[in-house]
Amino acid sequence: MALLEIENIHTYYGHIHALKGVSLDVDKGEIVTLIGANGAGKSTMLKTTSGLLRPRQGSIHLEGEDLTCYRPHQIVAKGVVQVPEGRRIFGRLTVRENLEMGAFAIPDAGLIQSNLERVYNLFPRLRERQKQVGGTLSGGEQQMLATGRALMANPSVLLMDEPSMGLAPVLVDIIFDTIRQLHADGTTILLVEQNARMALQVASRGYVLQSGTVVLSDSAENLRRNEMVRQAYLGES
Amino acid sequence: MRQALKVGLIGGIVAVLLSLIGMVEAFSQRDIIARVISMGHTLLVIVALFMGYLAAKRTPGKGSLRVLANSFISGLIVGGLVSLLVIVGSLINLRKVFVNAMPVLYELLTFKQGTQIGVFLLLGAGALSGALAGLFFLSPKLLRRVLLISLGSIVSVGVLQDLLRPTFALWGPLAIINEWLFTANGLTIRGAIGLFIMITAASLFWSTKGETIQTGFRNLPTAPQRILKITGILALVFILLILPQVLGLFLSEVFTIVGLYVLLGLGLNIVVGYAGLLDLGYVAFFAIGSYTIAILTSPELGFFSLTFWEALPFVIVMGVISGVLLGTPVLKMRGDYLAIATLGFGEIIRILVLSDFLRPWLGGAQGIGKIPKASILGYEFAGPQQIYYLILAGCLLVIFISLRLRDSRLGRAWMAVREDEDVAQAMGINLVATKLLAFATGAGFSALSGAIFASKLGSVYPHSFNVMISINIVCVIIVGGMGSIPGVIVGAIALVGLPELLREFAEYRLFVYGAALVAMMLLRPEGLWPEAVHRREFHEEKENQAESESPLKLKSG
Ligand SMILES: Nc1ncnc2c1ncn2[C@@H]1O[C@H](COP(=O)(O)OP(=O)(O)OP(=O)(O)O)[C@@H](O)[C@H]1O
Ligand SMILES: [Mg+2]
Repeated sequence: MALLEIENIHTYYGHIHALKGVSLDVDKGEIVTLIGANGAGKSTMLKTTSGLLRPRQGSIHLEGEDLTCYRPHQIVAKGVVQVPEGRRIFGRLTVRENLEMGAFAIPDAGLIQSNLERVYNLFPRLRERQKQVGGTLSGGEQQMLATGRALMANPSVLLMDEPSMGLAPVLVDIIFDTIRQLHADGTTILLVEQNARMALQVASRGYVLQSGTVVLSDSAENLRRNEMVRQAYLGES
Repeated sequence: MRQALKVGLIGGIVAVLLSLIGMVEAFSQRDIIARVISMGHTLLVIVALFMGYLAAKRTPGKGSLRVLANSFISGLIVGGLVSLLVIVGSLINLRKVFVNAMPVLYELLTFKQGTQIGVFLLLGAGALSGALAGLFFLSPKLLRRVLLISLGSIVSVGVLQDLLRPTFALWGPLAIINEWLFTANGLTIRGAIGLFIMITAASLFWSTKGETIQTGFRNLPTAPQRILKITGILALVFILLILPQVLGLFLSEVFTIVGLYVLLGLGLNIVVGYAGLLDLGYVAFFAIGSYTIAILTSPELGFFSLTFWEALPFVIVMGVISGVLLGTPVLKMRGDYLAIATLGFGEIIRILVLSDFLRPWLGGAQGIGKIPKASILGYEFAGPQQIYYLILAGCLLVIFISLRLRDSRLGRAWMAVREDEDVAQAMGINLVATKLLAFATGAGFSALSGAIFASKLGSVYPHSFNVMISINIVCVIIVGGMGSIPGVIVGAIALVGLPELLREFAEYRLFVYGAALVAMMLLRPEGLWPEAVHRREFHEEKENQAESESPLKLKSG
């Protein structure tokens, strides 16, 4: 049984049918990527998983427990934590306050402290800037902060929404190195990316989403070789 | 040069407007210093001084001659425009448009010297004020500060003379101050000079020696430091306790009104300042508190006749319940929509209590009377001098609760919701509970304030609870500084207390209020006493490095 099992999810925005029966699963310790064009429904999928959106149909299970009807804060407490699209850090709070906010669901002060250490070791840049106001960080630093903030909640599943968006290639590399490191530490990751090339390098499996339905799912290796994926998402001919 | 012209013109227009709306004339009834300068003239001089200072500040380059020339010119222009008003006024009858453009006004403006000489005097006075402001700008910082404080105090004492005189009269032997300081209208010359010297000396002392005293205090070992701190707090408590006796009836009344607004402000501060939910119907909870206490205690209705203290728990519970009831339907609304919806709620409550349908229970337009005063062990909180203590206790309690809440887990949740609702949820914060708790806490404080208000007045009427109260409370918070507890107190004193003291100028109250708000938004948008997070928004560059200890503590529970 997979750690996270998503089955036949239908999500609507009013009348807009954004997800039309998406099923996917993520095994423990695995990186799974969800790729797709703009508007395919990737963010919608992540938001549905983290409870910010309610699916009209379908189910989400974590280790066999039905999360479908849980509210967002309950889902966070279960260990499913999202790094939102566009970073969304608290612009007026300092780096440190942002991180502490990320640990809101954690009741134990000692654990918060050790999480903080872990995040600072992962991103030494954040330690240097702990007292800087979030809104004045560079884009790359903000992404580190958003990731660090999510890690503060001790996620068993990390949902990352386009962590490389708008970053220079060097920074994209740094972010993907972090993803590898998190993977090595045993964190399970569901990664949404426009940068399919990078995503398929770190992931073990991938799903291709097209206007709200999964059109392809395979191992990352096979997807990289797939003609359609190469044309549409890897920009090769 | 261009700047000087521009600034001067703006100042001139302001001065002319102040004259035409009758403010200068109304203010001339009173002298700041007897037979030397009236309040009306002071007002115009302040305009010229301010504009001179502004012109000096905006002078490009540092040449002191240029600075002086610029401030001189802008002052001259201010004087010039006022002279123009006098000349035009003496030729054409302006009264058809401006009711206040009467001969008295021109006489005042020309110092009773007739148009020709008066115009020269005006130009001279404007230019002189401008040049003085330029000199002021060029003088060292210490001198500027000291001058500003002492001149400011003289003007304030002059403006508040009618309040200070009876207050000093209460002070037994110290009542001599009155004789020395005041005439029937305005300060005596020797009083003004004495005051000037005293305040200059005091502020000079503090400016030069204050630093050393402060560091000396900080260098003390912790034990004596603590003793000093506790003594300070005790002294403050003592002053707060004897205040009504020292200040007399009228000022105590003003303090009770300020105190009620502090209570309201602290409550709304939780909703708006902490949780970021703009609630414009906040007066509803004030009304609910007042009416609950009225229904439970007034014999006029004859339902219940509890005492104030027996009824108070019900009042708070009613407040909290109605907070939740208002909060539930607007949970999904944000920003402007929330503001409008809550505005509606405020009106609904007012119309309900006004309705004929509910008259048997709520008294309709006549309201409910005969609300008994609160009393403890036979001490009745009857007049303002007694109710003051009730309100003081309420304020201290609410300040304490606010402080504890701010640093609590709930306080952090409010902060997260204020900064970004969606992300707050993604951090594991229960959005519904967090928002409802904010509404409920705020409403509870407001209901408490309402209960004290009702028992102070002895009766409640629907018209006491109009939308202006909500707006006022929001202004108190904005002016004081969003989310800041001392800010609420400062804001309430500035926006509620001061206008109350300056009642004589009732006509211009709203005008001054508006001007002050505009000035605030231009000069200090973060509020008079801002709280750390909000200050950052306006001073990001400066705060980056100098950020002190994180206000969030790693606390959990
Ligand atoms: N709040 C909303 N209201 C209405 N429609 C929405 C809303 N959010 C998203 N949609 C629509 O749902 C569809 C899926 O959007 P989604 O944000 O999931 O796309 P995405 O795959 O994340 O795209 P991108 O790569 O650009 O982030 C799009 O057609 C979008 O227009
Ligand atoms: Mg997206």
